[in-house]
Amino acid sequence: MIKAEQKPMDEILKYLVPYNKILLSGCGACVTVCHAGGGKEVGLLASGLRMARKKIGKPLEVLEATPARQCEPEFALELTETIEKVEAVLSIACGVGVQTLVRHFSKTPIFPGINTTFLGETVTHGFWEERCQACGNCVLEKTGGICPISRCAKQLFNGPCGGSSKGKCEIKKEADCAWQLIYDRLKALGQLYKIEEIIPARRWGVESRDSGPRRIVREDLKV
Amino acid sequence: MKTGSNLEKILTKGLFAVTGELGPPKGNDVSVVKRKADLLRGYVDAVNITDNQTAIVRMSSIAASSLLIQMGLEPVMQMTTRDRNRIAMQSDIFGATALGIKNMLCLTGDHHTFGNQVDSKNVHDLDSIQLIDCVRMMRDNGTLLGGEEKIEGEIKLFIGAAENPFADPFEFRAIRLAKKVAAGVDFIQTQCIYDMNRFKEWMKMVRDRGLHEKVHILAGVTPLKSGGMARYMAKNVSGIIIPDEIIDRIVKAKKPAEEGVKLCVEQIQELREIEGIHGVHIMAIEWEQMTSKITEMAGLLPRPKVD
Repeated sequence: MIKAEQKPMDEILKYLVPYNKILLSGCGACVTVCHAGGGKEVGLLASGLRMARKKIGKPLEVLEATPARQCEPEFALELTETIEKVEAVLSIACGVGVQTLVRHFSKTPIFPGINTTFLGETVTHGFWEERCQACGNCVLEKTGGICPISRCAKQLFNGPCGGSSKGKCEIKKEADCAWQLIYDRLKALGQLYKIEEIIPARRWGVESRDSGPRRIVREDLKV
Repeated sequence: MKTGSNLEKILTKGLFAVTGELGPPKGNDVSVVKRKADLLRGYVDAVNITDNQTAIVRMSSIAASSLLIQMGLEPVMQMTTRDRNRIAMQSDIFGATALGIKNMLCLTGDHHTFGNQVDSKNVHDLDSIQLIDCVRMMRDNGTLLGGEEKIEGEIKLFIGAAENPFADPFEFRAIRLAKKVAAGVDFIQTQCIYDMNRFKEWMKMVRDRGLHEKVHILAGVTPLKSGGMARYMAKNVSGIIIPDEIIDRIVKAKKPAEEGVKLCVEQIQELREIEGIHGVHIMAIEWEQMTSKITEMAGLLPRPKVD
């Protein structure tokens, strides 16, 4: 799911300089799982902000909320009454959540308190790694279920570059070479013939975000 | 003949080819290109002009290749997929061929974080194999990538690519070469070779697939200047393997640079005996003056004149 990290405290405090009363809103979904923007982090950050502002003699009143999913209008709208009471909102949901609030609350400034970083997997507790770039045309069938777009530093489609050494990527020695993983997996599955096939040039301009925000419209679900 | 380039003629005639390498200046100082070109003239059949190698900003490969033609040498223009999307690459190929460039090396390129513009966005719209396919389509079908748009004029390029038998997974390296051949590559230059056993093992896999009959393989060599250089490359450059005995030989030598040249000459002679090796690519990095000595000592002079 979506992974994120809290922004530096100084940066957040800078956003909030003009305000005396804000809402700090987290999200109960992805960012709760990666410990960046759930109810626990809302509590911690709210205390931190109050203390920092008290210290400089400009106290900040911080209301707290953690809707189940900030990116869904029905949950975002639960914040309506609270948002009417504050001068600004600091959202520690992902960038989608921030923009859902922006769309519904036109008069209140909404600031991001976290950096949305990637779509990733929990490798072990406290360690997440990118796994998907939502590129719009999944190639996992060809690559043994391992994504070269998100996991190869050069997004290579047709095999490893000359910098793959002993299973690791030359860019980040701690990172596995995606194509070593692909090779090992296809070999284990008896499907090495799959990497002999040339994957042709991608249609980035049509499939990916290079043509502006992508949309999914499902007539069967419209009300 | 696909292009009639000197390199293509030599390889087509079954002669043992020699290519060199020239890194353009970190600026627009033409005298640097001239000085290096003078050191290579007459000793090699064509000269690779690197494309912002190690992601250090340098004079463009197209411009330096064009200067080289004016200086009477034949360039192999390198092009990486790192910095350009397919619009820019195809446009540059129009321009390069218009300027008389006949050989091109299709590369992915060193990662941008190794260079001096680490905050840049890497492109990789195509990978090197897709670029080979694109250039082949431009040359053989006269169309842009996608196959619909006709090109005004003719694109004549002798298409090259790199291969690194010393990177992993080892078994993938011959497969990757096969993919490059299937995409339409005419010649290959390898990463610099020090581990002769591994190289021979790779060449066996290449021959088992019959690839040596479909593509001209030029073996890459780089003379070692010093024990420090050997140690540094062995330790820090991914995709380069230098066996301990070679490091020891250079480290212990009274005159390491001379020993490095001697070793390079021995390597060339050994590589020449391998079935499927059609030439040698000498990468004397910032040591271009050694190319004349190496080619002379290896018995590669004079370079043949072909029509």
